[in-house]
Amino acid sequence: MKTRNHLSNVGIAHQVEIISNGLLDIPMLQILSPEGQVHEAATEPALDKETALKIFHTMQYIRVLDERMIAAQRQGRISFYLACTGEEASTVASAAALSPDDMIMSQYREQGALAYRGYTTEEFMNQMFSNEKEPNKGRQMPIHYGAKEHNFMTISSPLGTQIPQASGYAYGQKMAGKEAITICYFGEGAASEGDFHAGLNMAAVLNCPVIFFCRNNGYAISTPAEEQFKGDGIASRGIGYGIKTIRVDGNDFLAVYAATQKAREIALSENCPVLIESMSYRLAAHSTSDDPTGYRSREEEAKWREKDPIARMALWLTAKGWLDEKANEKEVESMRQDVLQELKRVEQVPVCKIDEIVNDVYDQVPWHLKEQLTELKEHISKYPEQYPKTSGRIN
Amino acid sequence: MATMNMLQAVNSALMTAMDQDERVMVFGEDVGHFGGVFRATSNLQEKFGKGRVFNTPLVEQGIIGFANGLAAQGSVPVAEIQFGDYIFPAFDQIVNETAKWRYRSGGQFSVGTLTIRTPYGGGISGGLYHSQSPEAFFSHCPGIKIVTPRNPYQAKGLLLASIRDDNPVLFMEPKRLYRASVGEVPEEDYQLPLGKAEVVKEGSDITLLAWGAQMEVIEKAALMAEKDGISCEIVDLRSILPWDAETVCESVQKTGRLLINHEAPQTSGFAAEIATTVQEKCFLYLESPIARVCGLDTPYPLAHEKEYMPDEFKTYEAIKRTMNY
Ligand SMILES: Cc1ncc(C[n+]2csc(CCOP(=O)(O)OP(=O)(O)O)c2C)c(N)n1
Repeated sequence: MKTRNHLSNVGIAHQVEIISNGLLDIPMLQILSPEGQVHEAATEPALDKETALKIFHTMQYIRVLDERMIAAQRQGRISFYLACTGEEASTVASAAALSPDDMIMSQYREQGALAYRGYTTEEFMNQMFSNEKEPNKGRQMPIHYGAKEHNFMTISSPLGTQIPQASGYAYGQKMAGKEAITICYFGEGAASEGDFHAGLNMAAVLNCPVIFFCRNNGYAISTPAEEQFKGDGIASRGIGYGIKTIRVDGNDFLAVYAATQKAREIALSENCPVLIESMSYRLAAHSTSDDPTGYRSREEEAKWREKDPIARMALWLTAKGWLDEKANEKEVESMRQDVLQELKRVEQVPVCKIDEIVNDVYDQVPWHLKEQLTELKEHISKYPEQYPKTSGRIN
Repeated sequence: MATMNMLQAVNSALMTAMDQDERVMVFGEDVGHFGGVFRATSNLQEKFGKGRVFNTPLVEQGIIGFANGLAAQGSVPVAEIQFGDYIFPAFDQIVNETAKWRYRSGGQFSVGTLTIRTPYGGGISGGLYHSQSPEAFFSHCPGIKIVTPRNPYQAKGLLLASIRDDNPVLFMEPKRLYRASVGEVPEEDYQLPLGKAEVVKEGSDITLLAWGAQMEVIEKAALMAEKDGISCEIVDLRSILPWDAETVCESVQKTGRLLINHEAPQTSGFAAEIATTVQEKCFLYLESPIARVCGLDTPYPLAHEKEYMPDEFKTYEAIKRTMNY
């Protein structure tokens, strides 16, 4: 890629010619056709049966989890949930192309990547029920996962903030001589935030081994992509920042896998960022607080349901002779049972003791927080029935 | 009069303002056809068109920067920040630009027509990033007004006054009350004064002061205290900046005691400012130290939300301590 940062590098033209967007028309990599066949002109990435099935089962698992947790929210058992239905291939296949040492910095719809790394049903539930077993100590809303042992950075709600952080994390990995990169997930909506521009520019200039993975799923809550940006999507912005870029079909797990694998190789060997724009559709509501019928049609959703990434992958697996339908049905059923049972069990686990309210604000609890905790405990013991979650375990 | 909840009252104020002045424009994330994630801007786009009511890209610094430009040009922007917690990406535009525009240009230019609406506060299981009360950050910044309604009637009257005030106004809507608070609201145009507190209930032993959703809390605490024979005067600050020191001090001079309740963390919260001023102006009238019942000095937690809240029980206990000092 040419970098024209000096007058001497700039080519000369003699006619007024305004460059417009049409000149940059970035294609979308598709390896697996919507009918589940590998395109003739495409190169199928090498993928052993075991890995392929792990990707498939993780995608199925996440769908089961999403369905069950949305139901649990409707029953008032958890306060909030956010599903990734329709985008399972995008996040699971990208995670599969990484090394477990790579850091994942996620937005909030990437539970598939976390599940691929081995996060268990119990761990998912602990977080969603904000209980005392949860590593974030029940401080954040459901779906704000974080798991140090899985190199999965704890999620923060303010959008886009993780993008420049990912650049910094990756720079640190490089300086420490680690054989690892950072992947940063975000939505096309979040790509409008100032942090996106700051993060990409920093990564490009400072040569950070980071993959920016944009899930372009067509909507940011109710705002459709055409009200979010002009121009050729998010991919063209990567080019603008001098970042190697690829656009992929996000419902095609092979395209996502191949592109992420390549991006990782480039990031690591060339010490530079790569941007992946994964084109998909948010089949689910934005969250359980949202009602998509207020801003889009059932027909539009139905059209996308036909492009289901799980069904597409199943066709590919079947053609390979790797999918035993009966065994798979059983497996999915046991996932359902597992989720249901864990839900019932984890629901009973209490929240953290009240002391945790002042821990982790600083490395040590300063005097004023100690004072506030003492007062709070005294108060709770005076009104135990008003604070039932903690009053039984004040000491 | 019609019965409305707070969202409907905000919507009614926006309808009225847009009807009456063509220069009024409403925008922000998801505010267009969808009507905002809370539906405060419902039906506005249908009525006034996409030119005046529109979705913006997801960028708060852009929303406020754009609104600043619009206001400088003479339009009347009412910009929505979806949650008070997400106002911080726009902090620079508000603190360094909005607030200083008139001063730095010697009064030649201003963005006085700008109103920023944002839902704030907790009690909705929102955890760290959907519960914050950021008023104190902005109270440290000369050049913007800060206003908080406590019910639908106030929401409409104060929002109309904010839109028409010739200063930039940060209008903070207590989201816990959006649907919970219902009351009579005139369908026609009316305004309530900015910068004026309201004495909601007279009393003689102690002044209880709050704003927004915490008004309910001090009202409940007052009922508990009254059973013990303590007579509480209840004051709603309504405007956090400029704030009505006169009304507050008059009340304290009468009762001799003051308790301030807010949801934001105690340290450098707005209660600290009020307490200092009252202490300066009413020192000889005070019969006990000014009490603060506030959020803890921690980020806003989820599982321990109930414990974190400066609720009526904590307030009631503080009233008794103040009385028995
Ligand atoms: C700074 C900030 N502003 C606003 C929000 C509220 N919000 C949460 S999700 C969301 C839409 C995000 O859309 P996108 O990035 O496209 O991701 P998707 O939900 O489509 O996966 C908004 C506006 C937020 N979390 N942070």
